[in-house]
Amino acid sequence: MSAVRTERYVEESRRGIADPVLRRALSGLQERFGRGTAEAYRRLPEGPGLRQTAHAIREKAIANLDLLLERLAARIRANGGEVFFAATGEEAVSYCAGIARRRGVKLAVKGKSMVTEEIGLNSVLAAQGVEVVETDLGEYIIQLAGESPSHIIAPAIHKTRNEVADLFARKLGIPYTTDPPRLTQAARRALREKFLAADMGISGVNLACAETGHISTVSNEGNIRMATTLPPVHVAFMGLERIVARLDEYEIILRLLCRGASVQDIGTYVSLIGGPRRPGESDGPEEFHLVVVDNGRSRLLADPRFREMLCCIRCAACLNVCPVYGRIGGHAYGFAYSGPVGAVVTPLLTGVQRGRDLCRGETLCGACKDACSMDIDLPRMLLELRAILAAGDATWGVKPEGGLERNVWRIWAGLVSHPGLYERLLRAGAVLQGLLPRGVAGWIRRLPPPLSGWTQSRDFPPLAKAPFRSRWARRRREVGRG
Amino acid sequence: MTVKKSVTLFVPCLVDAFRPEAAEAVVTVFERLGIAVEYPPGQTCCGQPAFNAGYREEARRAARHFLRLFADCETIVAPSGSCVAMVRHHVPTLFEHEPRWRELARRTAARTFEFTEYLVDVLGAEDLGASFAARVTYHDSCHLLRGLRVQEQPRRLLRRVKGLEFVEMKNADCCCGFGGAFSVKYPDISSALVADKVAWIQQSGAEAVVGGDLGCLLNIEGALRRKELPLRVLHIAQVLAGGCPPAGGPGP
Repeated sequence: MSAVRTERYVEESRRGIADPVLRRALSGLQERFGRGTAEAYRRLPEGPGLRQTAHAIREKAIANLDLLLERLAARIRANGGEVFFAATGEEAVSYCAGIARRRGVKLAVKGKSMVTEEIGLNSVLAAQGVEVVETDLGEYIIQLAGESPSHIIAPAIHKTRNEVADLFARKLGIPYTTDPPRLTQAARRALREKFLAADMGISGVNLACAETGHISTVSNEGNIRMATTLPPVHVAFMGLERIVARLDEYEIILRLLCRGASVQDIGTYVSLIGGPRRPGESDGPEEFHLVVVDNGRSRLLADPRFREMLCCIRCAACLNVCPVYGRIGGHAYGFAYSGPVGAVVTPLLTGVQRGRDLCRGETLCGACKDACSMDIDLPRMLLELRAILAAGDATWGVKPEGGLERNVWRIWAGLVSHPGLYERLLRAGAVLQGLLPRGVAGWIRRLPPPLSGWTQSRDFPPLAKAPFRSRWARRRREVGRG
Repeated sequence: MTVKKSVTLFVPCLVDAFRPEAAEAVVTVFERLGIAVEYPPGQTCCGQPAFNAGYREEARRAARHFLRLFADCETIVAPSGSCVAMVRHHVPTLFEHEPRWRELARRTAARTFEFTEYLVDVLGAEDLGASFAARVTYHDSCHLLRGLRVQEQPRRLLRRVKGLEFVEMKNADCCCGFGGAFSVKYPDISSALVADKVAWIQQSGAEAVVGGDLGCLLNIEGALRRKELPLRVLHIAQVLAGGCPPAGGPGP
């Protein structure tokens, strides 16, 4: 598993907020892709309701995962491929490392893959002397910079053109230029050599189809096709949930994936791969391996509250509309997955207790649900996670919230179910607030902890001298007299 | 749908405590339309704050109090999108395993309306005879927009107000960063969000910003007051009641 830093959400989000370059980049991204995706859904020939159809397709697939994965594996094996079911990230990584050792792999080229990011594949391969080269341009940039992706689809969104120019001049030895076509050309030249020399190609899987026995990859740079056809070995990694039953269902999910990810009707390169090169074929690897990764996913499958999360295809449309992601950036989420999908899936995969700020640090604005290509109710699951954190949950290893917070809510519940007491407290508050420092129009400048967070940047409204309840009573008395 | 002769008013806790004028304005609007307003005493909260924080047993206690109070009401109207979304969508799920409460929750959910939704969709009233001389922009609160799908109704109402010039701000549908307890627990993120909202409001050239949820409005106004900006922040009911003296005291 790659490093988990979910405990640092608050500090890291502060760092993201303080970065005006990041803010401009994310604001541009959200304006283009966020609005664009909504429009792309509206323009679907079947109408935006296709997202609900897709949701039903995914739910059905998740309910039949065992059968679908068995069918997929049988087809791939019949075609001469190998399939390995990995219970943990470590198992998945060591399976791949084993192939690399057996084949004496020195250089591996990689297509963009979130699941390999999740299980920390690169560092393990590197430790045994394999040079792993990311070939997606964005991933290549952050690999050269020694950073981690900050967006699922646009991993280098946090880097400026000038930073990339600097980086390429240093690492690729090219003359300094900020011209994007020249920079892209430089990356292409460097990567082409790697593609031709690689002993292993590694990819993720956007979606598999059980009926046909294919995995499928989507890219706009053609790099995944090169990485999966040129080297003699191809190892593909998929989360165990990335499958649908039939080809017609695959087509619907694929179209929504491309709209959600990049506002396209279809990605530039869509590959369907069902095994290694067959006799008489000119392209393709000698060996093909599919690694099906569980790594905590079956715990989601077992819990009806969170099973819906397995419908996710990681298109990242939710990142492109999330107001919180748009301010704090992807690194704040402390793991491979960022934005609303990260806020739900990361705690479930890496620990709810340590990821509690991810579960609570959202506004529940609901924009992610509307943007989701699979119509997943992310806010519902954030609420479920918060309920687990409050009440405790043995399955997820969470102890009930104790102490002050719990007592505050208990007292609150008592007050709101005893109107007499509630009203007296309201009146007392209206008097006591006179002690607090005031700003313009009687608004309060500073509140004591635990409410001081509000007045960090805002004034707090004063309680009305008379709440509506007493104004209403007065009004009724006056009407009665009149 | 036929026009109801009376409505029962649910005044959410924030309106009651911080902006009673908004609830008075709701009363004024209904009375002008010839609709009697009931206000059952003893109202407190729908349970949303506890629910959003994950404290479901505490939310259930609040929700039971709410349901008991409004059990026999035919039509309930509240000047808040998020409280109505709570009553309509979440309270029934809170009682999933308590059939008697669940039935009451569902019945209540079907009878509860947000103020502008009720005016436009149920009463078919758009021109309320109000006047309000100012350039006004509208903030879509998240739960009113995405929870109840109320987007056009408030805009149509505002466009019929005499003297009011309606301007759209950029990203009117973007969250203001309130989020209940979120605004206090994650003040850095919340502040970043409201700072952008305030900038968009200013860029619109509006003299007043109007919305349908007091949580958002207090958040936005809090940021404006801190910066000592002179913009007015009003609940939409306060604008729709403009032009005749609101009940029980000086106008907004």
